[in-house]
Amino acid sequence: MTAVSAPSAADAPAGNPLWTFGFALIPAGITAGLLLLLPAVSAGQAVELVIPWVPSLGISAGFRVDALGLLFALMIAGIGTFVFLYAAEYMRGYANKLRFFILLTLFMVSMLGVVLADNLILMFVFWEMTTITSFLLIGFSHNKAVSRQSALQGLLVTGAGGLALLAGLLLLGIAAGSFDVSTLLADDVDVRTHGLYTAVLVLVLIGAFTKSAQFPLHFWLPNAMAAPTPVSAYLHSATMVKAGVYLLARLHPVLGGTDAWLWSLTIFGSITAVLSAIWALQQTDLKQMLAYTTVMALGTLVMFLGSGSEAGVAAAVTFLVVHALYKSSLFMVVGAIDHATGTRDRDRLSGLRRGMPIIWLIAVGAGFSMAGFPPFLGFIGKELKYEGALAVASEPWLVAAAAVLANACMVATAGLICLKPFLGSPGRFDGTPHDPPAAMLIGPLLLAAAGLATGIAPEILGTSLVGPAVQAVWGDPVVVKLKLWHGINLPLMLSLLTFAAGLAIYRYRETLRGWLTTLAARLPVTAEGAYDHAIAGFKRAAAVQTALLQTGRLSRYVSVIAMSMAGLLVLALIDGGTVGFAWVPLLHALASASLLGWTAFALIAVAVPVIIWSRSRLTCICSLGAVGVAVALLFLLHGALDVALTQLLVEILFVVLLALVLVRMPRLNQGRKPRVVRRIAAVNALAVGGLVTLTLLAILNQPFDGRVTDFFEAKSVPEGYGRNIVNVILVDFRALDTLGEIAVVAAAFLAAVAVLRIFRSAGVGPADGVGTGRPATGTAPVLPADGVPAQGSTP
Amino acid sequence: MDTIVALSAGLLVAGGVYLLHAPNLMRLIFGLMLLGNAANLVLLAGGRFFGAVPPLIAEGETLVAGDPANALPQALALTAIVISFGILAFAIILVLRSYQFLGTADADAMRLAEPDTAWESPGESPGESPGESPGESR
Repeated sequence: MTAVSAPSAADAPAGNPLWTFGFALIPAGITAGLLLLLPAVSAGQAVELVIPWVPSLGISAGFRVDALGLLFALMIAGIGTFVFLYAAEYMRGYANKLRFFILLTLFMVSMLGVVLADNLILMFVFWEMTTITSFLLIGFSHNKAVSRQSALQGLLVTGAGGLALLAGLLLLGIAAGSFDVSTLLADDVDVRTHGLYTAVLVLVLIGAFTKSAQFPLHFWLPNAMAAPTPVSAYLHSATMVKAGVYLLARLHPVLGGTDAWLWSLTIFGSITAVLSAIWALQQTDLKQMLAYTTVMALGTLVMFLGSGSEAGVAAAVTFLVVHALYKSSLFMVVGAIDHATGTRDRDRLSGLRRGMPIIWLIAVGAGFSMAGFPPFLGFIGKELKYEGALAVASEPWLVAAAAVLANACMVATAGLICLKPFLGSPGRFDGTPHDPPAAMLIGPLLLAAAGLATGIAPEILGTSLVGPAVQAVWGDPVVVKLKLWHGINLPLMLSLLTFAAGLAIYRYRETLRGWLTTLAARLPVTAEGAYDHAIAGFKRAAAVQTALLQTGRLSRYVSVIAMSMAGLLVLALIDGGTVGFAWVPLLHALASASLLGWTAFALIAVAVPVIIWSRSRLTCICSLGAVGVAVALLFLLHGALDVALTQLLVEILFVVLLALVLVRMPRLNQGRKPRVVRRIAAVNALAVGGLVTLTLLAILNQPFDGRVTDFFEAKSVPEGYGRNIVNVILVDFRALDTLGEIAVVAAAFLAAVAVLRIFRSAGVGPADGVGTGRPATGTAPVLPADGVPAQGSTP
Repeated sequence: MDTIVALSAGLLVAGGVYLLHAPNLMRLIFGLMLLGNAANLVLLAGGRFFGAVPPLIAEGETLVAGDPANALPQALALTAIVISFGILAFAIILVLRSYQFLGTADADAMRLAEPDTAWESPGESPGESPGESPGESR
């Protein structure tokens, strides 16, 4: 990935309207409202708002603010406030600012919906809305191909996960008997022993893992850095990617605690955490480094949510806050560096401390929290992580080792981001380093300061939010004490080990990067490569399928339609149980048929093969006329006088029309199909024809319900004032039908006239075309140079 | 009598479906005509054949005497005949004009909207493709 989001002033209007800052009032107001709820929620109450939505399906638009939801909501709205403020300044050079802020607001609302919805279906709707708004925001610079590709990739990965999640949530609702989270959390529902548990777990995990970028579906998140930096700071560090974590935390009391839960979360989480922490060191783009450390954080969160211990959950919830504070702050720092210098390449950036002192201060504050130095909140988070790792239900060494390794890399990465660009002599970049305007400073500054303040005085955070949230995740009452000094114990030793390892990695970072780059080049399979293959394969499959079905050859289409129809008729016959009807009475009926009936049938039986095989146009016209007369005869034999009359008249018109047209057409043997195609056609024809006969006989064997006809017969004279019942039906009872029929004929007539006139008015004689493009196999068509008269052809 | 109609309808459908496979558009029209006739027969047969007495009510009566034919399918068949005539007349004109315009009456050779693409095996029907049709130059 290359740096793509540096704003270009060329394609955008200058100036920065005040309303862009006004958007920050929305999250600020929401934050204030949420803070009002804080005392009640901290005391263990849940604020609920329920609006009936689809009561018949048990779906309500219910919202419920409990500690876990409030913790997330405060992060979303609180960090949102600063990101909005930052964006108002950052997006100065971009076009379509209004669209950007509306999308960002929509995203925020969807995200709040996810964490506050009390109904699984409602939550899913908001979940999908975050996917869509994320797609639009990643692809905000839509004129860049890389933005579009990244946006699509994010959409496909998280969208596919969303489908799995929907299935999982539906199964969960079926298993638990309710879609309301509050009901699920009540003790009397036990999904873990339900037969659907495994399916629910797998599907929900797919949804959560894709959204929260767990290996091997993590690659979309670093690519999502194609978005403008405020979007990355907001969606892809603090909020949207945490939705999966939220889901796991929310469903922990419902689904958690089993071996399947423990192992899948621990394994996927630890692999994700370690791999992405190492991979962050290989990046040169600061934003990419942050993206990989975000993946690392998500892996850590998942790993600890799987741990099955109070301490693990406490570590996850605390680290959630730690990460949100420092990561969004660092993203905004990187955005400011990019803004000032035009680059985010760590090799080119150095010596920024003189030009950007405040940014450096922020970077150090956030970076130290990231590295886990005391007295920052990050230190507490790290200590809790080690405590949680050692308390993991089974195989604590695995989690502890993963945590130490990932954290050591984190220390080094923090150094690369908050020290390396600022120290040393000025690097090779174009712009003059300068601190950004206040709007871009307030947010990161306050967030970094919050990391320090909550580190020094962690009790407030612990009792008001983290403790109750841990309790909500764990399900049972727990005591969470956040404090800086835990005494000299194993977690502290691990911390010291982490710092030492981190410093060593920082020292030998270039060597390590060389190794990693070599390794990356030699990897036989990468997750993103597999994704690309899958997409390419999907397109190939679509092409093959299209080539099979959409050949552009009419006969192929007809063939498919005929086969489908034959199949459906067979199904209908089997389904109706009418295959084995009585044959003998039918043969009797055949024998007793009148001579005229036999004559009509014989006429058809002779004329149809003639039409098929004759190459003479005249013979075909005559045979078609014969068929029409035969059908009219059959009508007549069954008392359908009007129908027979109409049939005869129409048949005469047809013959005239055909005769007029056919003499202008080439001979019929033109373009004969290969033998194979003709055989397929013959098989199709015999199959469909035979099945129509069988079906019709089966229908005629069924009892008849003549109530509608009885009605017409009874009402024809009293209500329709007519003695010809067919006529009364046509012009009275079903008059609207007849009107439609007339309209169809009129439309066909108008269309025919239009077709006849259209090419003439174009001024090019049709004969030109025929002269040059005539097929080689055809004999000379009889075609007058002046075409066909417009009138007279269509009656 | 039912059996005769059923056999006739099946025969017409078979002929119609076979002709629909034909590359020549005129044959396709023939096929449509046969199918239209078959459909009308099926429609009429679906209403059963009670008797050959036309559904006409004598002067001064209010009901049909005897065992009349079912009037409802007759009305439906009438509508169907007229509509199929309108559609077919239009189709015939369309076929004529496309032949004059494109220089071929072969449906598979008419490839203005769906040009032959790479995935199709070339030379499947060598005699059918017109080298260049005048329509493409417009």
